[in-house]
Amino acid sequence: MKDAGGVFGGISQASPFVKRKKYLGSNLKWLKRDWQLYVLLLIPLFFVILFKYGAMYGLVISFKDYKIVKGIMGSEWVGLEIFRKVFSNRNFPQALRNTLLLNILDLVVSFPMPIILALLLNEIKNKYFKKVTQTLLYLPHFLSWIIIGAIAYQLFSLNNGIVNEFIANMGGERIPFLQEDTRWLISYIVIGVWQTMGWGTILYLAAITAVNPELYEAATVDGAGRWKQCIHVTLPCIKPTIITLLIMNLGKVMGGSFERVHSLMNVATTEYTTTIPVLVYKWGIQDIKYSESAALGLFQSVIGLILVLVADRVAKRLGENGLL
Amino acid sequence: MVKLETVKKPWTPERKKDLLVDMIIYFILTIIALTCILPFIHVFSKSISTESYVIANKVFLLPKGPTLSAYKKIFSDHSILRSMYVSIVVTVTFTLLGMIITICAAYPLSRKNLRGRGILSFIFLFTMYFSGGIIPEYLLMNQLHLLDTWWVLILPLAFSAYNLLIMKTTFENSISDSLIESARIDGASHFRILGSIVIPLSKPILATISLFYAVGRWNAYQDALFYIKKNTDLRPLQLKLYYLVVAASESFQLENVSVTMTNPEVLKASCVMFATIPIICIYPFIQKYFVQGTMIGAVKE
Repeated sequence: MKDAGGVFGGISQASPFVKRKKYLGSNLKWLKRDWQLYVLLLIPLFFVILFKYGAMYGLVISFKDYKIVKGIMGSEWVGLEIFRKVFSNRNFPQALRNTLLLNILDLVVSFPMPIILALLLNEIKNKYFKKVTQTLLYLPHFLSWIIIGAIAYQLFSLNNGIVNEFIANMGGERIPFLQEDTRWLISYIVIGVWQTMGWGTILYLAAITAVNPELYEAATVDGAGRWKQCIHVTLPCIKPTIITLLIMNLGKVMGGSFERVHSLMNVATTEYTTTIPVLVYKWGIQDIKYSESAALGLFQSVIGLILVLVADRVAKRLGENGLL
Repeated sequence: MVKLETVKKPWTPERKKDLLVDMIIYFILTIIALTCILPFIHVFSKSISTESYVIANKVFLLPKGPTLSAYKKIFSDHSILRSMYVSIVVTVTFTLLGMIITICAAYPLSRKNLRGRGILSFIFLFTMYFSGGIIPEYLLMNQLHLLDTWWVLILPLAFSAYNLLIMKTTFENSISDSLIESARIDGASHFRILGSIVIPLSKPILATISLFYAVGRWNAYQDALFYIKKNTDLRPLQLKLYYLVVAASESFQLENVSVTMTNPEVLKASCVMFATIPIICIYPFIQKYFVQGTMIGAVKE
């Protein structure tokens, strides 16, 4: 498996120096030959420059005291004043902690599940059972967070959720799964595991099919049972995939879906739900503090970008070693 | 007699152990797979049960006193039907536009001797790792006077770097350079090659990417939450569902119904199912395209 950074790898591979020189010498022949390709590119370029880079330009308000009436250009430069305000805001440490906490917990708990499921699915000989199981496991991946959030509240609510009804019928005490801070955190993580576990098996199953069958034959001859084959053949063979995916996921610990938190949060649980994206939304759209909100978003994007780049480097290093 | 004896293997301890392991694995997988479907069955049963049973928490997996009255209410509620209509129109337009943009970028960038290919690829794919973020995007939409319009749900997200990457990789790997070169020598323009060679040869990946766009658009609600404020007529289904069920800030404006609603549980459940059923119905058919696309994306990512 090749790893991330196709983007940056692409530049160095794309047009070797020798070729470029030749084209320059041939007097704009390349333009005559390929002008239609550039015409085609105009459409996507328009969209990317207007909507993606246009929005990035708006990030300058992180360094300005942005006033709507003055516009982005007219507002006053204030240097790093906005960032100082953001970092000294009492909600900032909490949001940073929550972002890291939710993502790291999510990674620790969610990451192993698809590997285990893939190994279990690999042991299934009956292909109909396997197919039906996979179809059911993949289902949560296709649903929006709103639907998942709504169903979670249908199942886990205190007074009319089926789970609590079941607990009450068994003589237990009703549990506020989504109404109390720590329990909300656990529910959030469990729902995440549930949503991602099935879909996550795809890459591992693909890696498992690529394992050389001779290895299993040799292991059988050596007297290895199914468990030993799984531990000593399958796992080592998919190790490169596991490591690459782990590093890629580590690169995302500053990210996090706004929708996932937003669709599961409620007024009773604010301790862990204030993540950076939620705070950006609160400051920006609700409190109209545009500059602070943009600066907070920029902070997250930059750290996120650095982490992704580092993760990519590490994966490339290890990936090459791991594969050889 | 003879035949039976040859078929039946002796019950050695290894074989017994093997069978036991198999049973445990089947059992675990069955349980996990059930957790993925039972929540939907439960909510579905709730949605077609009689209200009093639901309020008394009597409905588990089978409906009690089956009735379609909740669905009748949904189908007589103008605003819910309207949000479904908005979602369909937006998803179809968005997918078409997204495909046009992605094809127009993927084909040129897949030509290895295109000048400036490196820098152009960088311009497109950089957006996968860095973005302006919520507020700059919001201010941009405001400046372009797109807030509270149809277009705000269609234009900004129509380019996806991830989808471009998958399509470009597939074009590079599945369409041979010699085929395109020989078409060029025969005098075919790039437009012609794109229309009569590349697109017809890439139907599976085109299906995959359009499904990525369509399902992504159908499920997302974040942008609608930010951008559709005053014009409540433009709320897509997911956002409507958010206001109705999750935030519960919006009451059902039921037009033809005189029943007073003391407990909207059944109606909530049927709204959830109303939004879920379309996906569940098409999901078995689109699943394999998603698997293929995800694998291509992972190899290049």
